[in-house]
Amino acid sequence: MDETLAKKLRILADAAKYDASCSSSGAPKRTAGKGELGSTTGAGICHAYTPDGRCISLLKILLTNYCLFDCAYCVNRRSSNVQRAKFSVEEVVTLTVEFYKRNYIEGLFLSSGIIKSPDHTMELMTRVAKSLRRDHGFRGYIHLKSIPEASPWLIEEAGLYADRLSINVELPTEASLERLAPEKDGAVIQKAIAQIGERIVEAKAEKRRFSPAGQSTQVIVGADATTDEALIRKSALLYGSYNLKRVYYSAFSPIPDGSTILPLKSPPLQREHRLYQGDWLLRYYGFTPDDVADATEDGMLSLDIDPKLAWALKHRARFPLDVNVADREMLLRVPGLGARAVDKIIRARRHTRLRLDDVARLTSALKRARPFLITADYHPAGGLTDRLDLRARLADPPKQLSLF
Amino acid sequence: MGDPETSPSPSAGAFGNAPLEAVFLRAGADLDGFRAAARRLAGRNVPPERVLWSIGEAPGLFGAAVEVEATQSPLSLPRGVAEMVGSVVPHRDHERYALLYELIWRILHGERRLLEVSSDPLVHRLERMRKAIGRDLHKMHAFLRFRRVEGEDPERFVAWFEPDHHILAAAAPFFVGRFRGLEWTILTPEASVHWDRTTLTFGPPGRREDAPTHDGFEAGWRDYYESTFNPARTNLTAMRAEMPKKYWRNMPETAAIPGLVRQAAARTGAMIEREPQMPVKRNPARAVAAMADQGPDSLEALNAIIKRSEPLVPGATQAVLGEGPVGATIAFVGEQPGDQEDRQGRPFVGPAGQLLSRAMDEAGIARGEAYLTNAVKHFKFEERGKRRIHQKPTAGEVSHYRWWLERELDFVAPKLVVALGATAVLALTGKAIPITRARGPAAFEKPYSGFITVHPSYLLRLPDEAKAEAYAAFVADLRRVHELGRSLQG
Repeated sequence: MDETLAKKLRILADAAKYDASCSSSGAPKRTAGKGELGSTTGAGICHAYTPDGRCISLLKILLTNYCLFDCAYCVNRRSSNVQRAKFSVEEVVTLTVEFYKRNYIEGLFLSSGIIKSPDHTMELMTRVAKSLRRDHGFRGYIHLKSIPEASPWLIEEAGLYADRLSINVELPTEASLERLAPEKDGAVIQKAIAQIGERIVEAKAEKRRFSPAGQSTQVIVGADATTDEALIRKSALLYGSYNLKRVYYSAFSPIPDGSTILPLKSPPLQREHRLYQGDWLLRYYGFTPDDVADATEDGMLSLDIDPKLAWALKHRARFPLDVNVADREMLLRVPGLGARAVDKIIRARRHTRLRLDDVARLTSALKRARPFLITADYHPAGGLTDRLDLRARLADPPKQLSLF
Repeated sequence: MGDPETSPSPSAGAFGNAPLEAVFLRAGADLDGFRAAARRLAGRNVPPERVLWSIGEAPGLFGAAVEVEATQSPLSLPRGVAEMVGSVVPHRDHERYALLYELIWRILHGERRLLEVSSDPLVHRLERMRKAIGRDLHKMHAFLRFRRVEGEDPERFVAWFEPDHHILAAAAPFFVGRFRGLEWTILTPEASVHWDRTTLTFGPPGRREDAPTHDGFEAGWRDYYESTFNPARTNLTAMRAEMPKKYWRNMPETAAIPGLVRQAAARTGAMIEREPQMPVKRNPARAVAAMADQGPDSLEALNAIIKRSEPLVPGATQAVLGEGPVGATIAFVGEQPGDQEDRQGRPFVGPAGQLLSRAMDEAGIARGEAYLTNAVKHFKFEERGKRRIHQKPTAGEVSHYRWWLERELDFVAPKLVVALGATAVLALTGKAIPITRARGPAAFEKPYSGFITVHPSYLLRLPDEAKAEAYAAFVADLRRVHELGRSLQG
């Protein structure tokens, strides 16, 4: 690989890394036909992990980090002094194919700064996807970051080649967008998300291919004053009304050459973690946005205990639950019991009366679950569930998560 | 290889009255051997504690005579058992066959639903073994790195990998499905596998030295790995949990880890402490302002985009654009181009178009003064022999094209838009409305007035006796359109 291309790769990978999503999941399973290259697995594959613990699944790069927008949180805003570069369509195609052949990646996640116009930029990105599919028989994963300001037909063309389209909400309120991302318009973003959502539903019904792995988005956490409760409510709306597959929460991270209107600080990683847990409660645990809000204090999730535990501590009267009789919906509310553990409990108890040892084999978090459970041979005696110091006993020991 | 030998073991006396049964299985994942043995043992009602499982040893070691039996019929086991056996057999644990046979035995002796009891210690252990195999497979699919053999054309790739369990055979189909068009070899300490673009062949153990020592894209990959790392989020525990150190030596990018970790804190601190800088480049105010004027600024510009586009459903020869003067008082919107339109590249030139022209003429509308276009711009058809049979566009296809129609009508700016048929109504209103009920003047909630009537192709499909009356009604509709147009013009 020649040095010019390597240099561009360094700049444009660095410029792309603040987007949290890198997953290669959700695409229908497919394999390469004769002479073709690539497959998708459904769940996706992480090909490496960097020392930040995050997965490398896709080649995540920008087509260019030149940008006409001036979003304060973004390393690539036009007023930033970072080094700039621009790939040609062919260069991105070559990198994707050659990395893919060596089993480094699952595919491509392409995003871009806005050059000339949103339409021009979107056209270039779609050309990359089209060339991979048409000229190289590429059957791997393609995720395109759509540009909401682009003309609607361009966004729709992108969906013909991509497995996933995403549009970043970035900041959940109109006021924050106005202050921190002056070129962006919340209504335009929402409309484009709705447009993609409609097309995905139609294509599925008509058995046509259009962004088959669905649509995702990202919100930045900690760049404005939005509470966790507001973020979770926004996500619930996106999941419910726009049929999104994933909402990614990205802790606002220090960037080279920060903006004057947005002071840099260590990223709120623990907060980001709790938001993901709250998000999972919405999607897999039957929690309503009100339930998650109920687990917050002044709209914020606790950093030292997970939101499910916080909810349970506030509703102690509903515990302890007998694992041998309680229904699924309530078992899912027991701290420390994951959805899979709950399913195993329900299956196993048809054939046997579960004891504490049995439950210990079904979950790795028995310590957290125990005060809330009754088994054939165990009852949280002495009202363990009601102890005032229960929260302290179950909380994570304080630790510095941000830097080592 | 599928038929292992079982024989009474000479050391049987130590285990009680009945003699021990020794089973000899191949090294590695001997699924066929285990299956045959399990059938035979279960068929003869041999309890698990009487079986001695030997792996990779010649039966001669015990000096026992070989007892040859007819192959037993398959065992009747609940769903899921075969899958459990298949996934656990590649495990390197020597007890795997004994555990699996115990499972089968218990299932056949009163615990038919045993697999559902994940809390049972045996099931729990087997599930963990299965999970370990799943993880080993997943990590092999993820962390194996191919290197291109230099100077060979067509290109050929070789990888060296060290799995924890006997999974090469189970892992290979994934690589075939992914790299079907490439020639490649995977070497492991236990065996190797080669794909020549048509056939998969297993071979003898490989050696690390048999794989290339470098690859032209590895430096670039390492650059990527370093650049995509965010030092402000350093979390080594999370990295090691997912990518344990034992894999590192076969992954070229991991050489970058120590350096990245060493510099992370300093890099982050420097970013946070640095005072915000003034932009060194001039504010591109004009470019930012110009950005707002993107997109087609005229009908010609829009038509150029439409012409360039590909059909949503493959097949059409070309996009068929609208026709008529910009500023026309009346615009007609049809469904989609037909066979003739697709060949000639003009709207309403086929049989239905000719009928429309005739009706317009009779109603007093000059075709040349009206604007004619379609909701969908490409012909969709089914081939029957030499004929291309028109297929109705789906609702999704109509919405895909409606952006263009909207923009097109913005440029033409007619006073009155006539929807010919249900598809046009759907494109203009977003709603499916039955024509028979909505026929006549309509409000499309647009800057122009609306009118709904049938599509001329509907008239062509009617039986002869109904044609005349329907045609007359169509012409009557067009007369009203003509009048409406005149009143709107004034």
